[in-house]
Amino acid sequence: MAKTLFDKIWDKHVVKQIEDGPSVLYIDKHFIHEVTSPQAFSGIEKRGLTVFRPQQVVATADHNVPTQNQHLPIKDELSRLQVQQLIENCKKHHIELYGLGHPFQGIVHVIGPELGITQPGMTIVCGDSHTSTHGAFGAVAFGIGTSEVEMVFASQCLLQSKPKVMRINIEGELHKGVLSKDIILYIISKITASGATGYFVEYAGSAIRLLSMEARMTICNMSIEMGARGGMIAPDETTYAYIKGRQFAPGGEQWEVKLNKWKQLHSDEDAVFDYEIAVNASEIEPMITYGTNPGLGIAINGCIPVTDSIPDEGERKNSIKALQYMGLEPGKPLLGMPVQNVFIGSCTNSRIEDLRLVAALVKGKKKNANVQVMIVPGSQQVARQVQAEGLDKVFTEAGFDVRQAGCSACLGMNEDKIPAGEYCISTSNRNFEGRQGAGARTLLASPLTAAAAAITGVVTDVRDLL
Amino acid sequence: MPNTVYSLFKIELIDMIPLQKIQSRFVPLPMENVDTDQIIPARFLKATTRDGFGKNLFRDWRYVNNDDTKPKPDFVLNQSEYTGEILLTGKNFGCGSSREHAAWAIQDYGFKAVVSSFFADIFKNNALNNGLLPVKVSDDFLAQLFALGNESTLSIDVDKQTITIDETGKQEIFEISIYKKTCLLNGYDDIDYLLSNKQAIEDFEMNR
Repeated sequence: MAKTLFDKIWDKHVVKQIEDGPSVLYIDKHFIHEVTSPQAFSGIEKRGLTVFRPQQVVATADHNVPTQNQHLPIKDELSRLQVQQLIENCKKHHIELYGLGHPFQGIVHVIGPELGITQPGMTIVCGDSHTSTHGAFGAVAFGIGTSEVEMVFASQCLLQSKPKVMRINIEGELHKGVLSKDIILYIISKITASGATGYFVEYAGSAIRLLSMEARMTICNMSIEMGARGGMIAPDETTYAYIKGRQFAPGGEQWEVKLNKWKQLHSDEDAVFDYEIAVNASEIEPMITYGTNPGLGIAINGCIPVTDSIPDEGERKNSIKALQYMGLEPGKPLLGMPVQNVFIGSCTNSRIEDLRLVAALVKGKKKNANVQVMIVPGSQQVARQVQAEGLDKVFTEAGFDVRQAGCSACLGMNEDKIPAGEYCISTSNRNFEGRQGAGARTLLASPLTAAAAAITGVVTDVRDLL
Repeated sequence: MPNTVYSLFKIELIDMIPLQKIQSRFVPLPMENVDTDQIIPARFLKATTRDGFGKNLFRDWRYVNNDDTKPKPDFVLNQSEYTGEILLTGKNFGCGSSREHAAWAIQDYGFKAVVSSFFADIFKNNALNNGLLPVKVSDDFLAQLFALGNESTLSIDVDKQTITIDETGKQEIFEISIYKKTCLLNGYDDIDYLLSNKQAIEDFEMNR
């Protein structure tokens, strides 16, 4: 029977199927971090258990770590204790930890792929909703809660109900200045922040094939922002070339063995999806959000929708509340509006390609005097590459604040916060109320759009600067 | 309860408090897309235990400038006429971050069930894994619930999978898998089940 890519991987990992119930799903790789793991460790300890397969678990500290002076003790006491707890737990349970100071430390969804740990055909979980990022390699990767982290510790398995599968076909060529971030913001704006709830999404089509691995990761990363359990892209030559030679990639004879397996990982031609959507890549313009969920987005040169025209009462109320919080008016354009902050970072857009694009745009220019610009590489490896290429000089000469690796102002768990009432063009993934700091107003956009605003100080169509 | 499902549990550790029936007034939060950053903001995720999150539930909607001596009078948790063990809310509740702290905060505050027309997937799993019942009702039934007075009570029966408006007897059946129902009614959790399948898991590893 014809199978989707998702079905092929899922079915291979089912240990047992409960009648009229969930499957016992085997997990190949389990990433953990300091914030959603402590209660899971204490949970198994309370039961007198140890971690069942510690060699399949990889840990890092990313969510609450400072992005300055990482060689010094963490000032915030609770953050310090949480990071210390992770160190102790990993030591006690024999788990590899790429903690602060380690050359592999970084945002969990940046380091997994760059170290070659993330590979096609795997099941991958992490106590973080953006685990969907790893799906870019043709893996079934999804975020889980702490109780589920505990389950994977205890048994290397999860009880999961099989989701439905949606395919989004993106055909055609992207315009100049349009990045993969714009593709995913466009899709979410069309199907809403809950439009893919209950589904796993496969992204396919000629526009996807042309994207680099890092660009694909940006798309899969934000699958959760439309409610999807995860997102995935079938592996191809781009995928294999990215993985080959990385730290934990298969080497020697194993490479050929794995490669042959990976080449089977695609949806069969006559596979049936529960839902399919077609997107024309040439219709996509640089995108920006105006509201307090990632589905409230418009083309950069568009106008904020008039709330009276929204037929659904709930949606209308939501939109009115969002605009109140954002201090924005319906019917008005965003172009030209002053912003006070630019954040370039997060598991969505902090990889070397993102930072190269930003550097190419800002080289030889200075940031606008009224804007604070924070640029946070996704990992120590990205930071080293930035230095090797001299991009750090470009950024500092432009007046950007170049930080050390971490989740930073994406979620404002550490001290990197956007002041209340101020606008921030952010390359991150969520514009929820207070996400970047209490009262902060987030406008999600691509690294190019963020860089453009850093230079001009206002919401800018980057195509005018290219 | 079907014996076949009951017998799935070879070991019977009781970890969660069993949840069978709830009869209570409710707290209405008529908003859609309530994300877990609102339920519990990131700055409160630094704890290493599961306790005590209730006091920060909906923190930034609940207090002026993060000051818990200054409750916002227009927020429903600060209105004494609304009380109960059931939180009633709009669609796509619990979207966004996977933080289980959201389910812990709701439960720690005193809620036993959340009623909505649909839930974000990760939140739903997190809630069920803690014995907090997500009750998915139709848009129409949800509208009827929101239209009720604050003295009205609802009855939720996990075994029968029903939610009933006590004053009118109007009722809707909600979905829950037999497996999860068994867990809730008895206070079992998934780890109990997974541990009872250790041999099958090891066999799977050997044979792949």
